[in-house]
Amino acid sequence: MMAATTHYLDHAATTPMLPAAVATVHAALSEVGNASSLHTSGRRARKQVEDSREQIATALGARPSEVVLTAGGTEGDNLAVKGIYWARRAADPRRRRVLVGAVEHPAVLDAAAWLATHQGAEVELLPVDDGGRLRPGAVAAAIARDPTDVALITCMWANNEVGTVQPVAEVVALANAHGIPVHSDAVQAAGALPVDFGGSGVDALTVSGHKLGGPVGTGALLVRRELDPVPLLHGGGQERDVRSGTLAVASVLGLAVALTHAVEHRAAESARREELRDLVERGVRAAVPDVHTVNAAERLPGIAHLTFDGCDGDALLMLLDARGVECSTGSACSAGVPEPSHVLLAMGRGEAAASGALRISLGRTSNVADVQAFVDAIAPVVERARAAKPTAGPVGRR
Amino acid sequence: MRVLAAMSGGVDSAVAAARAADAGHDVTGVHLALSRSSPALRSGSRGCCSREDADDARRAADVLAIPFYVWDVSERFAADVVDDFVAEYAAGRTPNPCVRCNERIKFAAVLDRALALGFDAVVTGHYARVLNGPYGPELHRAVDDAKDQSYVLAVLRPAQLAGAMFPLGEMVKTDVRAEAARRGLSVAAKPDSHDICFIPDGDTRGFLRRNLGERPGDLVDESGVTVGRHDGSHSFTVGQRRGLRLGTPAADGRPRYVLGIEPVSGTVTVGPRESLATSHVRADGVVWGMGPSRSSFDACVQLRAHGEQLPASITVEANQLTAELERPADGVAAGQTMVAYDGTRVICSGTVSGPPGRMS
Repeated sequence: MMAATTHYLDHAATTPMLPAAVATVHAALSEVGNASSLHTSGRRARKQVEDSREQIATALGARPSEVVLTAGGTEGDNLAVKGIYWARRAADPRRRRVLVGAVEHPAVLDAAAWLATHQGAEVELLPVDDGGRLRPGAVAAAIARDPTDVALITCMWANNEVGTVQPVAEVVALANAHGIPVHSDAVQAAGALPVDFGGSGVDALTVSGHKLGGPVGTGALLVRRELDPVPLLHGGGQERDVRSGTLAVASVLGLAVALTHAVEHRAAESARREELRDLVERGVRAAVPDVHTVNAAERLPGIAHLTFDGCDGDALLMLLDARGVECSTGSACSAGVPEPSHVLLAMGRGEAAASGALRISLGRTSNVADVQAFVDAIAPVVERARAAKPTAGPVGRR
Repeated sequence: MRVLAAMSGGVDSAVAAARAADAGHDVTGVHLALSRSSPALRSGSRGCCSREDADDARRAADVLAIPFYVWDVSERFAADVVDDFVAEYAAGRTPNPCVRCNERIKFAAVLDRALALGFDAVVTGHYARVLNGPYGPELHRAVDDAKDQSYVLAVLRPAQLAGAMFPLGEMVKTDVRAEAARRGLSVAAKPDSHDICFIPDGDTRGFLRRNLGERPGDLVDESGVTVGRHDGSHSFTVGQRRGLRLGTPAADGRPRYVLGIEPVSGTVTVGPRESLATSHVRADGVVWGMGPSRSSFDACVQLRAHGEQLPASITVEANQLTAELERPADGVAAGQTMVAYDGTRVICSGTVSGPPGRMS
């Protein structure tokens, strides 16, 4: 069943493009010019790319030369994790350990796991507390075991499922003492929290365009000049020899427009989203008093993570979808088979408790009507989903 | 009605979903994930658990403009179908996993969940018909008799049938493919699946060996003389001729067949084709279609999927069917389903326990 109106509450998956970014991309798509070409059209394209690079750098507190343009968050995370591991290990073969937060995005976790199975890396998952926040003590202990063999530490800025902000500054302080580089996946944080690359002390930082109003297939990895990640993509060396491929001029322009807008309006917009998020949580608590929310001091303004005992998240999602309310269970493999969230498991929730999860994520276009539609729907939806959860029968694998 | 279309990724279930939508129903598609292990999801295997099939199902749903989700029924499937399959072979029987899947997954776990979530029925691409009879919904053979699947659905109880919808029952397969092509469904030319879906490489013996290990035993002739050794009785099926690897040739030099399997001792009895023939077949666990149950009647029985219809007179006693076949049948295997038909209508079904005196 498809409802007449839809309330899109899945902005952490992707969010509508900013109209100004659409207009910029649209206009630029008609222009010819390879930013690597030497003639007039090429130089015009190059100037547009470099203007955008400066805007991106300014928005994120980086120098333009630190901006490596990518095709999105997954590429940025892979380039950082693999590229820095290879570079650090080439400089000193003892550096085999990769310290990874247990609640990282799959683009980080799977890249690290691949290094472990194919490149001789030793990956250590760093534990989080019950709010999903990395335990700095565990980071310190992992480093202290042997600071000389750590290739890199990767710690996301804020979690994409539960919204918990991570102790990046503490991790940087611990790593700096031993000259260990730190990568941070800031895909959800950029535009929502004050992200200052230079001030943060991290050595590499991933951002993605389509999470903040830019086009899909754009992003950047900010990398300090001293760090030369080994490339994933070899070829023309367009991005300071770290990344090859003809630059998508129109998309880069759209990314710069959207990122600049998001950062300029961040304070007011984040306050607005936080109010909507609190409205979601208050409304759901009133409708379904035994709902579980996330207990963390610092959270992303636009993510409300909810779990309901005794039902499956995919049933909740389907029932809400039929009522025109679109949200996420927070995690899914690409085949669409719901998997228990690795984030919730790392937070110490059992598989049964992790199964009834919903992520409501708010964006620039979200409003009170969207929130109200969700709040109005949730009680009957939870009731129905609970009725559909078999209480008897074999539960062999859980 | 609000209906849930189980979409395997094949052409039949895609057209079934389309026809349900055309009939004015509010259709939601689901692909049932039967295995969660990533190899099965990623290897592009031919079975219905492959990632490719899930993608094909999603694509068909998108083309039909119906909502689509994936339901994970892997736990139930492992326990109720795969484990049952292995246990049945271990017990010397020849199970039909599609029957179990219909009985316990599609029209039990999935139907129950669908009803609880507010749907009225489950739609599948089975070739069979549900017709309203004087006593309620009746299961009938499909119009396309060569594709008929009422045999694997006969185990459904009336309450399950009431929640089932088979839009392809009136169609022939060639028309289904043509209709899929006309609707722009890319699965129109996708080959039919023939293997057991959880054994995508088709190597049932290898699958059983991995699950049951080697259980050596004797091959004996009808007089009890040992004529060979084997690695496990689960590698055999009643009626099998190939792969017996008999050390001692038959006195008359004629081919021999598996006549019976005794799982406890692992003894496999072999003999000439004539000894395979049986006129008496017994079946347990009778499930009646709608209508009064009877103690004796004439009917046509079917003893294996896509098997022929055999005229028989049937007696029923204490939840057990005994069929006296008009002409003897070969290779009746315990564990298969016996379905009794009155014309196209399913009267009842049961699980073959054996011809009196030999098996079980």
